[in-house]
Amino acid sequence: MPVLEINNVTKKFGGLMALDDVSFQVEEGEIRGLIGPNGAGKSTMFKNIAGFYSPSSGDIRYQGQSIAGRKPHNIAEMGVVRTFQETTLFQELSVFENVLVGCHIRSRSNLFAAILGLDRGLQREAEEKVAEVLDFMGLGERREQLASELPLGSQRALAIAIALASEPKLLLMDEPFAGMNPEETNHMMELTRKVQESGISIVLVEHDMKAVMGLCGYLTVLNFGQLLAEGTPEEIRHNERVIEAYLGGAG
Amino acid sequence: MSSKGGFTMPKLAIGAVALIALLATPHFLGFHHQDLLIFLTINVLAVCSYRLVTLTGEWSLIHAVMMGVGAYTVALSVNHFDLAIWFTLPLAGTAAGLIAALLCFPLLRMTQFYFLIGSFAAGEAIRLTWVEFVGVFGGTSGLRGVEAPVVWGIDFLDPIPYFYFTLVVVGICLLILYRIEHSRIGLTLHAIHWKAPLAESVGVNAWRYRALAFILGSFFVGIAGGLKVHYLGSVTPNQFTIGFMVFILIWVIVGGYNKFYGPVIGVVVLTIFDESIRSFEVIRPAIYGGMLILSILFLPMGLESIPAKLKSWFGSDSASDEQALSDQ
Repeated sequence: MPVLEINNVTKKFGGLMALDDVSFQVEEGEIRGLIGPNGAGKSTMFKNIAGFYSPSSGDIRYQGQSIAGRKPHNIAEMGVVRTFQETTLFQELSVFENVLVGCHIRSRSNLFAAILGLDRGLQREAEEKVAEVLDFMGLGERREQLASELPLGSQRALAIAIALASEPKLLLMDEPFAGMNPEETNHMMELTRKVQESGISIVLVEHDMKAVMGLCGYLTVLNFGQLLAEGTPEEIRHNERVIEAYLGGAG
Repeated sequence: MSSKGGFTMPKLAIGAVALIALLATPHFLGFHHQDLLIFLTINVLAVCSYRLVTLTGEWSLIHAVMMGVGAYTVALSVNHFDLAIWFTLPLAGTAAGLIAALLCFPLLRMTQFYFLIGSFAAGEAIRLTWVEFVGVFGGTSGLRGVEAPVVWGIDFLDPIPYFYFTLVVVGICLLILYRIEHSRIGLTLHAIHWKAPLAESVGVNAWRYRALAFILGSFFVGIAGGLKVHYLGSVTPNQFTIGFMVFILIWVIVGGYNKFYGPVIGVVVLTIFDESIRSFEVIRPAIYGGMLILSILFLPMGLESIPAKLKSWFGSDSASDEQALSDQ
């Protein structure tokens, strides 16, 4: 069974058709690349999956269950977690606290336990989880630093760490490579593979073709809100319509 | 946010001295100043509970009216049912909390300026209910003759025992508010303030946490209102106008809203300052206003930031680095 099914999803903003009858499926354990020129509807698709928008028509199924129109926090509880473009972090909190917020679902303390200090066990569990995630993402040394003090590569790693702390089964990554130098890109590619190897399925929206071609086994291409093509990186690289969409847009 | 360092010996010593000073204070004051001390203690609870509401980044204009809800609840429950203070105070908090819970449904659909205006409108609606329903709430002259409680033979009409009682109640409430702010719940509230979508993406139900902060803040200010009416013996709609709300805002902002104790410093310093310029009579409001402007101009982070500022002026380079970081 596919982990994610997009069935005939349409999203309209007034007269604008941001997504037009798009369908595709993501298999368990894969890194799926979602690419397309600017304005193709990739981010809109992400927001629909993660619950920040709800589709005008069509259905989105996660592990066979419909999630279209649910609230972001419900969808996150089910195991679908997104990261954001650029560096969306809790800038004024420490690295440790950032990831602690990510532990919300698995170890939530109730009001009375928090006031009376009865949530220490839960608290310790959460702190262990944070330490584990920070080590996994190579941020163990930086736990006391403020998020705003981190270099770009580490900020992006932290964004993923926050998402991982919520123990997702499907991770939606929105342009994690944007603005990175080659060294940072290589490091982020390694991290992304590590996340996949830990058993998390990934959908990756990305413009960096080196990263996309290197990481993804299968690509879905959107253009003007419609599904343009699907295939392996090799097939997509030689697909006439894809080449035209990218070069036509640039020319 | 970070709360480094526990209770060290010097801190304990300072705390003990402060407590003894606080307990001794009313014995050195006249009647008028004893009253003022009690109202100041109550206002400390008002500003600290307001801070909890603002943690999610939403500033409301209904807090003063919520204090009134607590006050009217106490006045009604004493006048009609002769309830003891052990019941009236929790009841005052619960009434304010319940009304806040109901108001969450319309109000928390709004954010920022819309929430500000919405909360003001809801507050005025409640306040004008007290004015209009004369039979129940006594209209503009309010409710009078709320008899002072007598506990274990101690008459709370006497300011000194009532001050101690207020101190204990406010102390317990402050402790609870502090624990909430420094728990995971407080962290989640901060997270919602800075990046609500990111918090939601990892499963935080932002609406519920905003509601929680609003309801709890109202609960504690309801208790503050109850404490006030037990001592004053009367309550009127005029005590909880937008004018008083503006004072709450001023105390919080001038004190500094980045730390738990900032609003406490604000209300204490400004109240003492206002009292100390009493002899200036007609130009007293001008002096008070001028002081507010100066304080906000030169201490935008509040009075609470003075120690850090002094450190950065006179301290070593490392201290100024720390200041630069904490300013960000």
